[in-house]
Amino acid sequence: MEPTKILFYALTAITLLSASFVVTARNPIHSVLALILTFFCLSGHYILLNAQFLAAVNIIVYAGAIMVLFLFVIMFLNLKTDDEESKTTVTKLAAVVVGGVLLVVMVAVFRVATMATYNPSSYTSKVGLVENLGMVLFKDYLLPFELASILLLVAMIGSVMLGKREAGDRHY
Amino acid sequence: MNTTELIIKGILIVVLFGVTLLIAMYSTWAERKVAGFIQDRFGPNRAGPGGIFQPLADAGKMFFKEDFIPSQANKWLFILGPCLAILTALMSSAVIPFGESIRYEELLIPVQGIEINIGILYVFGVVSLGVYGLMVGGWASNNKFSLLGAIRAASQNISYEIGFGLSIIAILMMTGSLSIRAIVESQHGFAWNLFNQPLGFIIFLTCAFAECNRTPFDLPECETELVGGYHTEYSSMKLGFYLFAEYINMFVSSAIISSLYFGGYNYPGMDWVRETLTGSLGAATGHNLATLIGTIVLFGKIFFFIFFFMWVRWTLPRFRYDQLMNLGWKTFIPLSILNVVVTGFGLLFDIKYASWAIIIVMVIMVMVSSARAPKPVVQPQRT
Repeated sequence: MEPTKILFYALTAITLLSASFVVTARNPIHSVLALILTFFCLSGHYILLNAQFLAAVNIIVYAGAIMVLFLFVIMFLNLKTDDEESKTTVTKLAAVVVGGVLLVVMVAVFRVATMATYNPSSYTSKVGLVENLGMVLFKDYLLPFELASILLLVAMIGSVMLGKREAGDRHY
Repeated sequence: MNTTELIIKGILIVVLFGVTLLIAMYSTWAERKVAGFIQDRFGPNRAGPGGIFQPLADAGKMFFKEDFIPSQANKWLFILGPCLAILTALMSSAVIPFGESIRYEELLIPVQGIEINIGILYVFGVVSLGVYGLMVGGWASNNKFSLLGAIRAASQNISYEIGFGLSIIAILMMTGSLSIRAIVESQHGFAWNLFNQPLGFIIFLTCAFAECNRTPFDLPECETELVGGYHTEYSSMKLGFYLFAEYINMFVSSAIISSLYFGGYNYPGMDWVRETLTGSLGAATGHNLATLIGTIVLFGKIFFFIFFFMWVRWTLPRFRYDQLMNLGWKTFIPLSILNVVVTGFGLLFDIKYASWAIIIVMVIMVMVSSARAPKPVVQPQRT
């Protein structure tokens, strides 16, 4: 087997194992750490596809910022003992329904999806590098890109408004 | 890549790795010497001439101390914490260009672990992972002071990462590349980024202090409030790894500051040196010697910044926690966004030194506000 193939299969195995550990772990901290490992393996897949920028951004944004905040909240809440009160029959039922609907959607998507093909003679391996990515984002997909940035800006302002202490609020 | 190139590259990587560890090791000695000098005392002077074997003695002591794991601690995470800290600290020096290139027959091999075109983003990724070592270790200790230290470390690192990233964007705009080697090459000779980006440099330097948890930003291990911070429960070599990681981080951030703002291996008159050496010693030897001089210049800059880190540590007191957060969020982030905007205007109208305008305006504002502030009335002493 070629080295890339071995790498791919090893990465895939670790990704699947850690992803299933996220769901099955009893301790929420272990679950979060396994999720971080999953993000790492996904970045490894991006690097195998020669999308270095995407890999770095995935690590910086997800593993470096969002998961730190997850860990932060879980450490503060100290969820060591299982909170049995929140696991009533209704919530369990709702969770099963939501998961089932998601599964149906995924299966439906994968049934109609077609694998994109590429032409080996005209394909350049540099398509995932920053320069090319920037050209595509700022030329072909300028409007969606700017709309996404406006969405992020709105979300940011919303979170600042939520976090802001108003006059007369209790000072914790 | 043929075998010769691979062998040279391998030797180079091992040497760079060893040099990183050696410098971090002797930083611990240098720190105590500098502290001694600043506080007018000797510092370590027992082990060897001038205390030169002190790091070895410390390492021996660390290894032979009892390796204690608290009974209620989460054992695996307790071990994982220091491992993560030292791993992430050692990873980031891979993309720093320590010199131009080594010439072997017709091969030109860059003096760098690996050249990737997202070099600076790689450094950011690794730096943002560094906080896991502290958080996991602090939480696994099962001690509220450790946990508070870990949470302080995490919030400080996340806050200052934003200023860290934004202050570099101006440089990326001027260079047009994310590769550290391309950034260094664009500062050929004496065209250092410091002269175009003084504000970015100040913000970057301060954020580097905060990211390394060095005084005046060492709130995660503030003894007066937290006993020992996130490593209260640690002993033996696990504690040693945490402390060692800090010194490696210091070395790496000094190297990055020198590469981004102080020209890396560039120095005035480097072309002349290269031509003279290749003219008199032949193409290969002269080229390698010129590269070596560049590397020595870079290490000179790195040593200056390591000294600067120590100088600040033994001069300034530590911030209060709210002051730290205010400085990060309300001062550095707006200032670095302003810097990006002004640099953009400068690029648009071809003014290279546009960033100085912010510094001049700031200095004038400070002078005006200090002149307009009411003078403190001198109270006559009662007799």
